[in-house]
Amino acid sequence: MWKWLHPYANPEVSYHFTNKLLPWLSALAAIFLSIGLVWALLFAPADYQQGHSFRIFYIHVPAASLSMGIYFAMAVAAFSSLVWQLKLADASAAAMAPVGASFTAIALITGAAWGKPMWGTWWIWDARLTSELILLFLYLGVIALHNAFEDKNLAGKAAGILTLVGVINIPIIKYSVDWWNTLHQGSTVSKLGKPSMSLDMLWPFIFCFIGFSLLVGVIICLRFRNEILARNSIRPWVRELVKNNTSQ
Amino acid sequence: MTLKTQSTQETENLTVIIDETFIDDTLTENTVSDSSALTSSEQSLQPLSYRNAFMLVLKRDLTIAMRHKDDIINPLLFFVIVVTLFPLGIGPEAQTLSRIAPGIIWVAALLATLLSLDRLFKSDHLDGSLEQMLLSPHPIFILVLAKIFAHWLITGLPLILIAPLLAVLLHLDEHSYTALLLTLLLGTPVLSLLGAVGVALTVGIKKGGVLLSLLVLPLYIPVLIFATSAIDTAALGLPYSGQLAIIAALFFGSLTLAPFAVGAALKVSTN
Repeated sequence: MWKWLHPYANPEVSYHFTNKLLPWLSALAAIFLSIGLVWALLFAPADYQQGHSFRIFYIHVPAASLSMGIYFAMAVAAFSSLVWQLKLADASAAAMAPVGASFTAIALITGAAWGKPMWGTWWIWDARLTSELILLFLYLGVIALHNAFEDKNLAGKAAGILTLVGVINIPIIKYSVDWWNTLHQGSTVSKLGKPSMSLDMLWPFIFCFIGFSLLVGVIICLRFRNEILARNSIRPWVRELVKNNTSQ
Repeated sequence: MTLKTQSTQETENLTVIIDETFIDDTLTENTVSDSSALTSSEQSLQPLSYRNAFMLVLKRDLTIAMRHKDDIINPLLFFVIVVTLFPLGIGPEAQTLSRIAPGIIWVAALLATLLSLDRLFKSDHLDGSLEQMLLSPHPIFILVLAKIFAHWLITGLPLILIAPLLAVLLHLDEHSYTALLLTLLLGTPVLSLLGAVGVALTVGIKKGGVLLSLLVLPLYIPVLIFATSAIDTAALGLPYSGQLAIIAALFFGSLTLAPFAVGAALKVSTN
């Protein structure tokens, strides 16, 4: 496997690989998202208790779970950058951080919009909401640390250490917040109680979830490409690339 | 003038560390060829053990802190003033105050620690002694641990000593005093340890102060939650050993892991 992965440590190779990957990912994301969203928002049956307002679920839940997934992916990238000194892993972590922060923000905003009609309030200090908010703070910390360094290599390493510290802390924070909430408020406004979803609700959700994951992939690939170019701007192959693009 | 003598003193202390270890290296080379003759005169050139290195750094940091007494007093004053502001903002009813006292004291302790963190590596970074420490052959783990321990002695311990007084001002329930002190005793080292990671990451940055709080405060949340809940539980007269056990777990976890992260971060920051 290492032999197979080896060439991708070269920025040029992985730039072209990302280039090849992008159209496929974008096409798949477009297909899945359009099927999933149309199905979810127009054809899926309305919830018998929540009516149509539950449809925001199809955006809220993928965003929430992707926000955690991206942080984990960032931690994997940070780990491989610190252990194997892969510079491209830094670039990918830098590409992922703002995407993760945006998805966390989307999850919070859609959650608030959903909470208003359901619970009658924009925000409650529910354990899940709180830990999502803290996740957003962690993301913003990583991004701020990235921006604070002039030197991109140093920034990547520093942000990598912070990401790893954060990934150790996320479970601790999550469980402490869960525990805090149950202690202070007893059972809060019950969170949906996980309605065992019927299949005609579940299928559009699966499509949406895959669609959003692919969308994340597309955005990260775009940003990753830019990071590679920005970090290697003095290399000859980047100059060639720019010249060829401008002459066309 | 005083500044100058002080910095020479610091570098002297450091050269002591480096010199002794250098001698130690040459000594071991000699003893390899002639291992039988480790005479008593050579015994005096004992290698600088981990404990000695730890004690040297600790002593050095404490000496420096004693020369800048306002560095010790200012966070403490901040702590007191923040706590006094709350009754002014919320109202003087004893019942409300005693209800929110644990939270206020702990949040103020978090902020006071945060303010004092900057000093942990900053001056050493500026005068270059931090780099010398990283270059010395001792494990960074030991040196970092000594510095963090010194920081806790300077900032954490005074907070613990003055906390009961503030608890009186806030009408904290009298059953909770032990809990308050125990949580502070176990919790403030965690604050120093986790904070050290943040400082180590930001020490090379010019405007690191605000950034530091952004990085460190989210990591302090578990300590805050369990400490305040232990105090609340104590006020109800219930056993709070569970919360204490979790804070102790956080303490030992950060004690073993944080110095590694600090070392790695310092290497990045000093580049």
